[in-house]
Amino acid sequence: MSTTQHAPIIDVTGITKSFDEKVVVHEIAMQVLPGEIYGFLGPNGSGKTTFLRMLCGLLRPDRGSGTCLGFDILTQALEIKRRVGYMTQRFSYYEDLSLRENLDFVARMYGLAQRRQAVDASLERLGLAGRQKQLAGELSGGWKQRLALAACLLHQPSLLLLDEPTAGVDPSARREFWEEIHGLAADGLTVMITTHYMDEAERCHRLAYIAYGRLMAQGTVQEVIDGAGLVTYQIAGGSQPATSAKLRSSPAIAQAVAFGNSLHVSGHDRAAMEAAFRELLTPEQTWTPQPSELEDVFISLMKQAEDNFR
Amino acid sequence: MSSVFSISRFAAIASKEFIQMRRDRLTFAMVLGIPLMQLVLFGFAINSDPRHLPTAVLIQDHSPLSRSLTQAMVNSDYFDFTAVLQSEAAATRAIERGDVQFVLQIPPGFARDVLRGDRPQLLVLADATDPAATSQALGSLRQLLNRVLERELTGPNAWLRTGPPAAELVVHAAYNPEGISQYNIVPGLMGVVLTMTMVLITALAITRESERGTMENLLATLVRPLEVTLGKIVPYILMGYVQAGLILLAARYLFEVPMFGSLTLLLAVMFVFIVANLAIGITFSTIARNQLQAMQMGFFFFLPSILLSGFMFPFRGMPIWAQHLGQVLPLTHFLRIVRGILLKGNTLTTIAPEILPMGAFAVVALAIGLTRFRQTLD
Ligand SMILES: Nc1ncnc2c1ncn2[C@@H]1O[C@H](COP(=O)(O)OP(=O)(O)OP(=O)(O)O)[C@@H](O)[C@H]1O
Ligand SMILES: [Mg+2]
Repeated sequence: MSTTQHAPIIDVTGITKSFDEKVVVHEIAMQVLPGEIYGFLGPNGSGKTTFLRMLCGLLRPDRGSGTCLGFDILTQALEIKRRVGYMTQRFSYYEDLSLRENLDFVARMYGLAQRRQAVDASLERLGLAGRQKQLAGELSGGWKQRLALAACLLHQPSLLLLDEPTAGVDPSARREFWEEIHGLAADGLTVMITTHYMDEAERCHRLAYIAYGRLMAQGTVQEVIDGAGLVTYQIAGGSQPATSAKLRSSPAIAQAVAFGNSLHVSGHDRAAMEAAFRELLTPEQTWTPQPSELEDVFISLMKQAEDNFR
Repeated sequence: MSSVFSISRFAAIASKEFIQMRRDRLTFAMVLGIPLMQLVLFGFAINSDPRHLPTAVLIQDHSPLSRSLTQAMVNSDYFDFTAVLQSEAAATRAIERGDVQFVLQIPPGFARDVLRGDRPQLLVLADATDPAATSQALGSLRQLLNRVLERELTGPNAWLRTGPPAAELVVHAAYNPEGISQYNIVPGLMGVVLTMTMVLITALAITRESERGTMENLLATLVRPLEVTLGKIVPYILMGYVQAGLILLAARYLFEVPMFGSLTLLLAVMFVFIVANLAIGITFSTIARNQLQAMQMGFFFFLPSILLSGFMFPFRGMPIWAQHLGQVLPLTHFLRIVRGILLKGNTLTTIAPEILPMGAFAVVALAIGLTRFRQTLD
């Protein structure tokens, strides 16, 4: 136990994948430790799903190598599949089968010994027992997500790969879902999860941000924020659209984003930014420094990627 | 290590497929609807009863018997005399050009030979390209001849009415030497319907998984290609038998097709045929990107099957290249088998040479399907 405890669950380097000449994932290296909840963020089409699929043997990387749960991702896909629970971005259980039939099917696919008990327990634990006869296609989004989670936990995997599991789920269901995830991680399960929500990103132990298939940052929330070297000010007063247009034209300002009645303005050079404020803002407008938030950092990273890789 | 094939995973897929089949009204409608529709289209259309068919006569025996025979033919409404010919060469030409459907030849000394009890032949040259058009008329001609003889042979000649018919009707069917009739078509329909539904249904069953995204989940489990393939084939084999049963019942009780051979043998050989079609469906599904493409490929296979197998056109009448192509298709061989067993009472030894090519087709198609089946989403 103690030797494997600290060996990374996911340990890959140089992972690259193209579709029709278009590079979708470029030279990604990543290490995820046991028991970690690892967030995986990035704009639409940045290659998150593609990367997850390569981890669990659903796609073959063009280049790169590494291990998942100690097994080679290129040659030992079956061993990996046996121990990984993968929740697809799009609901992909059978809509014309009932909940129980779906779970039973998955249990049979993994050759579970005590199938009936396992399915019963799983229905019970996720509060689905009352709906076991219902067809999966008739479920609402939140219930579908519960079913999908139940199904990918059925064979007691050591690693969960969750692809936007909370998209389209209401806040209280999302909170419950995250409690469940934290509970599982506390029991030793490693979880890799993609999301577009900032609050969820902050609930991860560590996270990675990719854009255009490149890894732009990784680490804890604080490390990612600090690593970006971003300076952020809050600007109050004045007409928002006009101000942000004005500020964006200045080379010192990387971005200006409206937050309620104020603007969040970020850049990399504190002195140059303050000079720009003095020059461009009207006297009744105030600017106060404030800590950069994850979202400011991500937007800035995305812009960088756009400038460099598009 | 996971084995290449697990019975329990295979069984899981097959039973899942059964449940889905049961719940999918469209599939169900297809299974029952297609045979019924085809039976109506082909079976009953063929029972239609065209009359006033253009007929030429070549009368070499000008006797009262000949006259009363031709008069009876005109009265029957089936035959319209459009030409009087003078030679056999003219008769052949008239048929070749399609001027007439029939040529009736009354040979010299016909009446005399009848009265002598020589049982002379009455010749009919028929353009049988369209068996639907000729079969009823020819059937009526046979009865008509008997009636005329019955009426004419009276008094001292009455003794000719006992025993075998006093004159023999000989039909030369041009263009359709195999004499395809509804007896041939209804059993053939069984092969056509099975080809159509079996290929389509498996092609759709697998592409549906890709299209709905369920394939991603399936592949994320420990499933292996052979398990998916066989798991998808088995439920549809049963479905094929349901269809075949339906058509056999219709053939027996609706169309009164004679059944001389062993039904057990037919059902056993049918297995190879069904598997061959399911296998090609699986192969299509590994090539098609979506259900629409799978459907198009299904029809792409179905058309040559129906055209080159001897179902639509007599096999021996086709150009050689088409015959070679036809030999590859399972339907060609199945048609010979089903017609052979039902209509001619063929036994296993007679039909064995037809089973082999079907089996070979199934094995090759299955092998291609299996090697093409993508274990990844690439
Ligand atoms: N099978 C495929 N064939 C061709 N292109 C693909 C395929 N799968 C993904 N792509 C392309 O690869 C790019 C990355 O897709 P991917 O689904 O990995 O992005 P993502 O980060 O998961 O996006 P989202 O946040 O919208 O889910 C997209 O441009 C997509 O169109
Ligand atoms: Mg995605």
